[in-house]
Amino acid sequence: MRHPAPGTLLALLGLLCIACLVLATAVGSVAHSPAEWWQALTHPGSREGELLWRLRIPRAAAAFTVGAMLAVSGCLMQVLLRNPLADPYILGVSGGSALFALLGMSLGVAVALVPVLALAGALVSILIVFGLARGSGPWSGTRLLLTGVVTASGWGALISLVLATGPDNSLRGMLFWLMGDLSYARLPGWSLGVLVLVFAGVMAMARSLNVLGMGETTARLLGESTRHLLWGIYFLASLLTATAVSVAGSIGFVGLIVPHLMRLLVGSDHRVLVPAATLFGGAFLVLSDTLARTVIAPRQLPVGVITALLGVPLFLALLNRARLRPQTP
Amino acid sequence: MPAPAATSAPGRVFAAKGLGVEIAGNVVARDLDLEFRPGEYWGILGPNGVGKTTLLRHLAGLAPPRTGAVTLDDRPLGAWPRRLLARHLGMLQQHTAYVFDASVLQVALTGRHPWLGPWRREGPEDYALARAALARVDLASLEQRTVTSLSGGEARRLAFAALLVQSPEVLLLDEPTNHLDFRHQVRIMRAIGDLVYREGRVALAALHDVNLAATYCSHVLLLFGDGKWAAGKATEWLTAERLEQLYQCPVTSVDTPEGRRFHPAFGVDPDASRNAS
Repeated sequence: MRHPAPGTLLALLGLLCIACLVLATAVGSVAHSPAEWWQALTHPGSREGELLWRLRIPRAAAAFTVGAMLAVSGCLMQVLLRNPLADPYILGVSGGSALFALLGMSLGVAVALVPVLALAGALVSILIVFGLARGSGPWSGTRLLLTGVVTASGWGALISLVLATGPDNSLRGMLFWLMGDLSYARLPGWSLGVLVLVFAGVMAMARSLNVLGMGETTARLLGESTRHLLWGIYFLASLLTATAVSVAGSIGFVGLIVPHLMRLLVGSDHRVLVPAATLFGGAFLVLSDTLARTVIAPRQLPVGVITALLGVPLFLALLNRARLRPQTP
Repeated sequence: MPAPAATSAPGRVFAAKGLGVEIAGNVVARDLDLEFRPGEYWGILGPNGVGKTTLLRHLAGLAPPRTGAVTLDDRPLGAWPRRLLARHLGMLQQHTAYVFDASVLQVALTGRHPWLGPWRREGPEDYALARAALARVDLASLEQRTVTSLSGGEARRLAFAALLVQSPEVLLLDEPTNHLDFRHQVRIMRAIGDLVYREGRVALAALHDVNLAATYCSHVLLLFGDGKWAAGKATEWLTAERLEQLYQCPVTSVDTPEGRRFHPAFGVDPDASRNAS
C-alpha cells in the first residue's frame, strides 16, 4: 500500500485545521462575513471583537486541544493493547472522572471545582488500574485490559446509582459529563502544556511504538525495555484522557475514529500517524462543535451527540470498505 | 550483503554457564554448560514439547534462568542494556502476527531499530541494507505490499530479512524453515550458513528436520526431556541409534552422494518397537 508523501499530507491537514478554526470563529448565532470577521479579529476591544475573543476563540481552542488529546490517546491505547478497537476510555479513565464530577455536583460543590474533581477521579482510576494490573510477573496486556474494562463497568454502575438517587434538576448538567459538551468549556492554560509535553514525549518514542505494534517480544528483541515503555505509554495516554475529560466530559468516538482514519490515510508509522492524528483530531472536534451549536441554533447540542452521529456511519463505512478491499493492492 | 558499518568485529563469546531451564514444572535442560563459538552453526533437536523454544527464549535473555546464566563476553545477558544487546544478539521467532498494517519494506527496516537513536530517521544506507536483505529472501518485488497480505512462508522470510538487517553476531532461530517450500528452505539455511562460516557469526537453530541439521549444522544440541541433553559435532552425534533414542522411534539411515540422511522407519509402529527392545 502506497501512502502519499507525509510532508504534503501533514501540510494539507494543517490547512484543514486552520480552515476549521476560521469557520468555527466565523459562524454561530451571529454570523460574520469575512470582512466583519477580520475586523473583529483585529479589534478585540469592539463588541464583535469581544464576542470573538472571549467566547468563540476560547471555545474553538478548547475543542481543538481536546480533540487532539483524545486522538493521540487513542493511538497510544491501540498500540498499548495491540488492538485497533481500543479507545481512550476503554480502561476506565472517563468513568472515574464522570463519577467524581457527578458526586461533586449532587453534593452541590462550586461549579468551578467540578473539573478539578473530574481530574481527581481520572487519576484515582488510573492508579487503581495500574496498582491492580501491574502484578509482579511480566507485562500482560490481557490483565491490563481485563482490569481496566472491569473497573470501567464498576464506575458505570456507580454512575447509574448517583443518577438514580440524585436530584432531578441536576440531570442536564450530569449529561454534560457523560456525553461530553463544550458549551461551558474553558481551556486551562496548563492543559495546552500537557498536550505539548506529551506530544513531544510520544514523538521521541514514535519508532519504539512502531516496533511495539509488532508485539512485545519483537520489541524486546529489537532493544526495547518494554515494561518501562508500556507503563510509560499507559500513563501518557491516561494523562491526556484525564485532561481532556476534565475540560469537556467524555466525548466519544474521536479517540477511536480519528486514529483509524489516519492509519488508512498515512499508514502505521507513528512518526507520521501521531502528528496527523493530532491535527485531524483537533479539526474534527472543532468542526463537530461548530455543528453542535449551529444546527438547531440558538439551542446547542452536546458535541458528543454530533461526534457519535458522524462517527458511527463513518466507522461502519470504513469497516465495510476494509472487508471489500482486495487482499493484493 | 555488506555488514553495517557500525557492527563491531564478530568474535564474541556466547555461552551457557550451569544453565537450568524450566517451564511449568518441566525441566528442559539441567546444568547446561556450553560455549557457542564464532563460526559454529548449532542445530537444536528434540521431540515435540521438549522445550526447544523455551531454551531459545532463555538464550535470548527473554526469560530469567532458573539457575546459572547465559553470557555474552562473560557478562550475563541481564546485565546488558537491552538496546546494546540487540545489536549483538537477535532471534527469529516461531510466529509473528501483525495487527497493524505496514509495508514489507517498513518491517525489514525495523532491524535497524537498535542501531538508530530515537530522533534519527532511516537514511539511504538503512534503506539499502533493508532492500539487500529483502532481495536475499526473494521478497524484493513485494517491498510495497502490506504485511497482513503475505502468505505464511512470505511472512517467515520477511522476519528473517529483518534479522539480516539487524545483523547480530549471535543468531537464534526458532524453526527458521517452518512454512517454507524446498527452494526457500535451502536458501534460508544457506544464508545462515554464509553468516556463520563466512562472516564468523554464531547461529543456534531449533530444527525439526534432521536432514537440514545434518546438511548445514556443524554442531548439534540434543534435548531428550527431563533436563537431559547431549552436545557435540554434528557428524558424531547424528547417527540412527542416537536419533532413535532422541525421538523414541525407529530410524533408518541412507547414504547419499551428499552424505548420510535419515528418515523414520515408516513401516514400523514406534510403540511396538519400544516394547520389543
